[in-house]
Amino acid sequence: MFTGALAPLAAILLLAARGALGANPIAEALNRLGLTAFALLLASLACTPAREILGWTWAVGLRRMLGLFAFFYAALHFATYAVLDQNLRGAAIFKDVTQRPFIYVGAAALVLLTPLALTSTAASVRRLGFPAWKRLHRLVYPAAALAAIHFWWRVKKDVTEPAIFAAILAVLLLARVAIAWRSRRNRRR
Amino acid sequence: MKPTGSPPPASEITPESAYVDRRRWIRNAAAFAATAAGVGGGLLWLVGGARGRSIAGGPDAVADGLPGVRPGPFGTAEPRTPYGAITTYNNFYEFGIDKDAASRLSGSLRTRPWTVTVDGEVRRPQTLDLDALLKTFPLEERVYRMRCVEAWSMVIPWDGFPLGDLIRRAEPTSDARFVAFTTLLDPEQMPGQRRHVLDWPYVEGLRLDEALHPLTILAAGLYGRPLPNPNGAPLRLVVPWKYGFKGIKSIVRVTLTREQPRTVWNEAAPDEYGFYANVNPQVDHPRWSQATERRIGELERRPTLPFNGYAEQVAGLYAGMDLRRNF
Repeated sequence: MFTGALAPLAAILLLAARGALGANPIAEALNRLGLTAFALLLASLACTPAREILGWTWAVGLRRMLGLFAFFYAALHFATYAVLDQNLRGAAIFKDVTQRPFIYVGAAALVLLTPLALTSTAASVRRLGFPAWKRLHRLVYPAAALAAIHFWWRVKKDVTEPAIFAAILAVLLLARVAIAWRSRRNRRR
Repeated sequence: MKPTGSPPPASEITPESAYVDRRRWIRNAAAFAATAAGVGGGLLWLVGGARGRSIAGGPDAVADGLPGVRPGPFGTAEPRTPYGAITTYNNFYEFGIDKDAASRLSGSLRTRPWTVTVDGEVRRPQTLDLDALLKTFPLEERVYRMRCVEAWSMVIPWDGFPLGDLIRRAEPTSDARFVAFTTLLDPEQMPGQRRHVLDWPYVEGLRLDEALHPLTILAAGLYGRPLPNPNGAPLRLVVPWKYGFKGIKSIVRVTLTREQPRTVWNEAAPDEYGFYANVNPQVDHPRWSQATERRIGELERRPTLPFNGYAEQVAGLYAGMDLRRNF
């Protein structure tokens, strides 16, 4: 699964090497990395609902890998912006991140995902204790919502793609609400 | 039921480690294939495959060259953006919102027969067949910078003629203060028009002095060849000191008006796209900075110039105007 999740990056690098990313390859790479990051984040959010609702117990085993790769692509997406697009011009990046709403929303999503990536191991769960670790990792929900807003505010006119991603996120969040409601009802019995 | 034959010897029992290893390998291979197929395939489906494929309906370089194009004024000596990039990286939402949509899908555009109507506040309204129009107004090469509002830019060798020549031929009345332009409306030829992404047909406008300025041209060619479909064939507007969305494509009508005409992008997002749309590094787009631009083909961003570097020629048109309010 590790190598499978690297396939999109390999595809981007191959297309870039062939000059097949179009006339503005940096912008194209930025878009593709962002889409991959968001798609992987949604996939990681689908794991627990898949186990609880569909009975796919193996799905939860994928969750950490998917989440880490989502962070990996999100970090690459930001690095492409900072290094390739903005040529590491600190003042311009600072101005963008603090003054452009769609950029600071995206930066906030990345910031929220960082502690999750850093505490993804079993050792972290032991060190923090499972209840605290679980509470920390609930940050994935606002992170995903911020990612959805970042995408929505980025497009110039046609919000079809962001709307699809947002709809999938909404379904996954509703699934979590349904699961929580069901387990509360079961505990009362 | 009797078991067939005798049980196999103990030496042939697969060692447990190999048994587990093989199953783990199979499971990993399946996971790899599923992830790669799922994520890679999904991503490819989302963004399409390679970009920058050859354009639809491209001209033959030798046979379709434009005859008799003279070099024109105001040209820049900067390196020209390659033809392949100019014709595959377009915002032509009439064919789709992706940058390569026009190059993939504009083959369906029929550019002959084509007429251009000049009407409104003019003494001699007329409808001209395009080929007759091109014989009346000989083409000259204008190598202009083109700056998109999205903060990328190109250097494009247009072949065109001054818009002012066409307007003066129609003899504007003293009430004419603006010029409005209209693109073809035909969802059958332009599939992007079937979706209400913008309020079709695309309309744009200029103040009369901007339209009559010697920099402003109607382009019918590119690199000495007839204008390719993705770039707004057969006739489009080029106003190099303004953001590219003012350069309306595939023009069918030019109307002289008394009042400032409506423009499609201004209606779609009034706080983002103004009527004047002069290139101005000091007035940011609400969502991104306009201080720098990506010149297509270059790795380092470059500073954006006031009026896209044509300040000497056009700044005087806006003397005393607040260019932040009139963006």
